[in-house]
Amino acid sequence: MSTTVTPGTGHAPSHTEHGEHGHGHADPTVPVAYGLLAEFATGDEMAHAILKAKTAGYTHLDGYSPYPVGEAADALGFPKSEMGPVMFLGGLTGACAGFIMQYWANTWGYSLNIGGRPYFSWPSFVPITFEMMVLTTALTGFFGLLAICGLPRYNHPLFNSQAFDRASKDRFFMCIEATDPKYDAAATRAFLNELHPISVEEVME
Amino acid sequence: MHPLVQNKHDLSTVGDAIGGVVLKTSHPRGWWIGFLAGFFLLQVLAIAVCWLFYIGVGIWGINVPVAWGFAIVNFVWWIGIGHAGTLISAILLLLHQKWRTSINRFSEAMTIFAVMCAGLFPLLHMGRPWFFYWLYPFPNVAGVWPQFRSPLTWDVFAVTTYFTVSLVFWYLGLVPDLAALRDQAKLRWQRITYGLLALGWRGSAIHWRRYEKVYLILGGISTPLVLSVHTVVSFDFAVSIVPLWHATIFPPFFVAGAIYSGFAMVVAIALPVRKWYKLEDFFTDHHMDIMGKVMLTTGFLVTYGYFSEAWMAWYGHTLYEWGTTLERMFGPYGWSYWALILTNCVFPLTFLWSKKIRTSPFWMELICISVLIGMWFERYVIVITLAREYVPGQWGLYAPTIWDYATMFGSLGLFLFLFFLFLRFLPMISITEMRELLPKKQGGGGGHSIMENAP
Repeated sequence: MSTTVTPGTGHAPSHTEHGEHGHGHADPTVPVAYGLLAEFATGDEMAHAILKAKTAGYTHLDGYSPYPVGEAADALGFPKSEMGPVMFLGGLTGACAGFIMQYWANTWGYSLNIGGRPYFSWPSFVPITFEMMVLTTALTGFFGLLAICGLPRYNHPLFNSQAFDRASKDRFFMCIEATDPKYDAAATRAFLNELHPISVEEVME
Repeated sequence: MHPLVQNKHDLSTVGDAIGGVVLKTSHPRGWWIGFLAGFFLLQVLAIAVCWLFYIGVGIWGINVPVAWGFAIVNFVWWIGIGHAGTLISAILLLLHQKWRTSINRFSEAMTIFAVMCAGLFPLLHMGRPWFFYWLYPFPNVAGVWPQFRSPLTWDVFAVTTYFTVSLVFWYLGLVPDLAALRDQAKLRWQRITYGLLALGWRGSAIHWRRYEKVYLILGGISTPLVLSVHTVVSFDFAVSIVPLWHATIFPPFFVAGAIYSGFAMVVAIALPVRKWYKLEDFFTDHHMDIMGKVMLTTGFLVTYGYFSEAWMAWYGHTLYEWGTTLERMFGPYGWSYWALILTNCVFPLTFLWSKKIRTSPFWMELICISVLIGMWFERYVIVITLAREYVPGQWGLYAPTIWDYATMFGSLGLFLFLFFLFLRFLPMISITEMRELLPKKQGGGGGHSIMENAP
């Protein structure tokens, strides 16, 4: 994207035109703001800022931290992850599929008389049913997590920020996104400054 | 209360201390010694395997009474070692044992490499390893399906699942650390490589919440998994009718032994590594003390197993059980039974009682190596039982050949080779979890363990 606006200076003149609904990609050469990124020194400050922003009426925002800060997710109104039911369904599918596979293979597909046991000797199918359940639970968890989080992805607008490199190290960030109905470059910046961040920066798409 | 992280670390020094090891391009001499030793032994394995493929399993010492030989001894030994990794990362996670944090990453890596070594042996033992996929159910023109009532088939599923789940667990734990390395790295190739591997992780609070949930559930299902895997391995023996194998004590006895040898391997590797990389701040003497206690406990469980085997054979008044016990203790392989008792019970369980010894690197290294040898002998003693079972006319002797030894030490080479590459390219301690473990005033999460945020 060719742009004359340096990300980080926070003065994107084109922004106000898109203020209403954020993503108006009418002209691809005009840089569009992704959001305003506020930097904090501790996880508590970040979680507190998220709570303040939520109270102020912002809805499109997220926190970023080098390690999980549970209070931040709580403040965002995401008290419970959806991964539990997803993995449960994955495990259930695997267990059923594993059991049916064994039943079919040893009863119908290729029935062998082993020590006079019935073809459908279900107790001996238990270990593999269990293993299949564990396998599919784990795989659903891993791939489900990536899918739901929209990962993997090569890039993200936030990586345009130099300061954001420290989000995986020793800084905690809150980003109010430009898609937020209440987003306004100047007003939001003023709001963020009230929270005493280390820095506030406008991140471009 | 012992601090789990020594000295005054903050968020960035933790990253520098652990991530720096990987991002630096020079490495301590110890690393080169370990890596080259592993690489050399790996070549031995390559030669042994090529010769095996060319000639066949006849190059090994296996024969009709002892058809399993070294291959199964090594399989069970390696897979047992692997179990400590899952135990540390999953069971201790569920038990809120925060000291696990400094050793979980590297014991998980150990698990993966140990399972690779373990998987090698049954495959090589098959005689025609290129047909390995026949182990799995797949539609084929012959219309043949596996026999699912056999513990050997269960084993295929158990070990495959175990390997896959361990890999997923390990990689998932690595993702935030890879993101940290991506942002910390200066060199372009490092930024690109770690960037690709980090899958675009950006530490979003929403993502963290999901991540922790998945991590917690993976810990929850890995716990029964690790127990099930060694139970299924013990079924390979216990479901047969060989005297002393056909015993209900086998599953718990095998699991205890697995933990025993696995912890021994973790400590045996951690001690030199922490010295080379100066990571004493993270893997402290307190860790050694705890791991020594776990070994003491599992060591006694295993010893109880040996006692119970002998007791049941005597008290059961079965000719074959008792006869085989006497053969095991005083027969042609009696020396291996007493070597087992000495290296697995007498030596470690005498000295592990002392805290001074548990916190002395020299003694712990010695004890751990002794346990690793002892646990190898345990499996050897079990497999060699085949030499003297029911009908004396079927009795025979077994002696490993040079190719058995080459494959065994070669597999150790594979393990060391992979492990030292891991030390070189991936963070051996979880940076993320270490940061979380720091007290609040040092910037950390105040000792939240990773699952406590995951409702």
